[in-house]
Amino acid sequence: MEVTSPTFKQNAVHALADAQLQKALGNVRAGFIDKRRKAADALPEFDALRDAARDIKDHTLAHLDLYLEAYEEKVTESGGQVHWAETAEDARRIVLDICRMQNARTVTKGKSMITEEIALNDFLKLAGIKAVETDLGEYIIQLRNEHPSHIIAPAVHVNKDQVEADFRRAHDYLPADRDLTEPETLLDEARRVLRAQYFEAEIGITGANFLVAETGSSVIVTNEGNGDLTQLLPRVHIVVASIEKIVPTLNDVSQILRVLARSATGQDMSVYTTLSTGPRRKGDPDGPEQYHVILLDNGRTSMLGTEFQDMLRCIRCGACMNHCPVYHAVGGHAYGWVYPGPMGAVLTPSLIGIDQGGHLPNASTFCGRCESVCPMRIPLPKMMRHWREREFERGLNPATQRYGLKIWAAFAKRPRLYNFAASMAIPLLALFGGRKKRFSFLPLAGGWTRHRDLPAPESRTFMQQWRERESGKQRAAA
Amino acid sequence: MSDSSQARPKVGLFVTCLVDLFRPQIGFAAVKLIEEAGCDVAVPMAQTCCGQPAYNSGDNADAREIAQNTIRAFEGFDYVVAPSGSCAGMLKKHYPQLFADDPAWRERAEAFSARVHELVSFLTDVMGVGAVTARHTATITYHDSCSGLRELGIAAQPRALLASVEGLTLKEMQDPDVCCGFGGTFCVKYADISNAIVEKKTQTIEASGADLLLAGDLGCLMNMAGKLKRQGSAIEARHVAEVLAGMTDTAPIGGKG
Repeated sequence: MEVTSPTFKQNAVHALADAQLQKALGNVRAGFIDKRRKAADALPEFDALRDAARDIKDHTLAHLDLYLEAYEEKVTESGGQVHWAETAEDARRIVLDICRMQNARTVTKGKSMITEEIALNDFLKLAGIKAVETDLGEYIIQLRNEHPSHIIAPAVHVNKDQVEADFRRAHDYLPADRDLTEPETLLDEARRVLRAQYFEAEIGITGANFLVAETGSSVIVTNEGNGDLTQLLPRVHIVVASIEKIVPTLNDVSQILRVLARSATGQDMSVYTTLSTGPRRKGDPDGPEQYHVILLDNGRTSMLGTEFQDMLRCIRCGACMNHCPVYHAVGGHAYGWVYPGPMGAVLTPSLIGIDQGGHLPNASTFCGRCESVCPMRIPLPKMMRHWREREFERGLNPATQRYGLKIWAAFAKRPRLYNFAASMAIPLLALFGGRKKRFSFLPLAGGWTRHRDLPAPESRTFMQQWRERESGKQRAAA
Repeated sequence: MSDSSQARPKVGLFVTCLVDLFRPQIGFAAVKLIEEAGCDVAVPMAQTCCGQPAYNSGDNADAREIAQNTIRAFEGFDYVVAPSGSCAGMLKKHYPQLFADDPAWRERAEAFSARVHELVSFLTDVMGVGAVTARHTATITYHDSCSGLRELGIAAQPRALLASVEGLTLKEMQDPDVCCGFGGTFCVKYADISNAIVEKKTQTIEASGADLLLAGDLGCLMNMAGKLKRQGSAIEARHVAEVLAGMTDTAPIGGKG
């Protein structure tokens, strides 16, 4: 997919002026924040579970090679096949090879951010293979020719009336006078249309929320059941997952599941939690004939052992973006690549480079709300700051910023000079502030005064006044 | 012969650059409150800024130099107190991290950080102040600034002290714990996004029905007050220390009307 992260600022301006988007973003509070709060409050051990979840992933990442090999062995034992993909291109090629061997014309897809990361749908389309998204949100944005704006609610930026218009356009073979005014009627229609696709598809592709080393299982959690139909009905099931999805045991999965849905949607559990272990066995009533797992690296191993390793704990719940004031303001598309919000601000530069994704870790107030709700306790602001360090070291931030910072630092490092300069400048500024005691415009402060007044300094600096007060006291004592 | 000053803790006031430049009376309010809590206050002249503009821009070399100056300037005090959750958070939580690769300075930074407190939490949590003697008639709403809230756990302390001020009624805004959009240099680097965030904030402030907005950080207050003024709002803004110290005769932040 096209990367527009370098134009984040312009993207944001467009997003702020988009009335439909702003209306849709207004639903985030009731839809996610309040529900997460209730779910977390209802579980006394919630914070202890977050610690446990963090520890499980930290342990796994410290022994990632070991668990990946153990996992591969188990998948093979159960009759499945593991494919290692170092790059997005490798992963796409492996998918295509399997499709070609099956003479596949149609693949159904469960919701998967990894297939967004490797831009699979566009690639398959060029190869003449139709990919059908079966998650309702994904289906909607596929009809709209868009990308997800949220990692668990891909169509969160779309309003109901827009969906109705999309359905009328895409399903023009259905009666024009049908009622599509309610969410339920939209859902019914999507279900009917998609049902046929499940039987048509030769291959079903899903992501994975977890890969279990102990059993060789892949785990998906969904609320619509579309993932189950995607992976059970076609002849072949392909799992595309990144390497950090691995966890050692089923017990570990069950612990992390307890924080996943609560953090994401405020549910105790997602409606469906589905484990797949190998292809259909003798005597199984259903299931695919072939089971493939494509393990994608795509830059993740280069994060190991660095200050960004903690990011690999992420379980993609979306809580960070749900609680992010910047995400609330501009939505997910402004971030310009696959992963939005705070987790995207850290992960995107790792995967596409800081020269491309540099805006994202800078566009944060460091309010810390993301870290405070992250079920895996990922120190997101700290890692955004690490990106800023790397950017600064490489001289990637704008020259005006660098010079401004250097001039300021030259004063801030020299207290006498600083206090002297401040004692000269501040009384003048206070004078200009006049009786209103504020500026509606001030040269060089346009970034501030374009949107708000600047309170003027009171009179003289604190240091000036304090020094006089102290010397006055000494005189009085003498 | 008894010397009561023997027992009085020595507090170094970290004024913060914004208070120094824009609103010294917050500094004087802090001095008054700390003295009333039974401490002696001094203000080391060799202080400037906590270094966040450099640190948050990835310029660790300059941030380290500023941190070293600050640490040196405040040696010998029992406590270092700042009327800002953001600056106190920088001094307390981030200075040691700046010296991760320098064991000697790291130790010094940790010894320094252990003595650092945000003003209101110092009064309540360290000095055990449960009430103040100030009076002020107003309906207030209190914004929890992010760093103070999430790095230092400050939320109940200011509300507890404000409850002891005669004449005050607290009306909470919706989501007082949500960022105001200031974010230091963020507010000018990403001015349009910052504006969208502070617009939401001023809506909730207006909806609270309060006539006075309080917070513990001047940066956030200048942002919110600046927006309220631009919108023509009559709501005034002050630092929580001004009200707690009874220093409310002066013009509010950004002036009246």
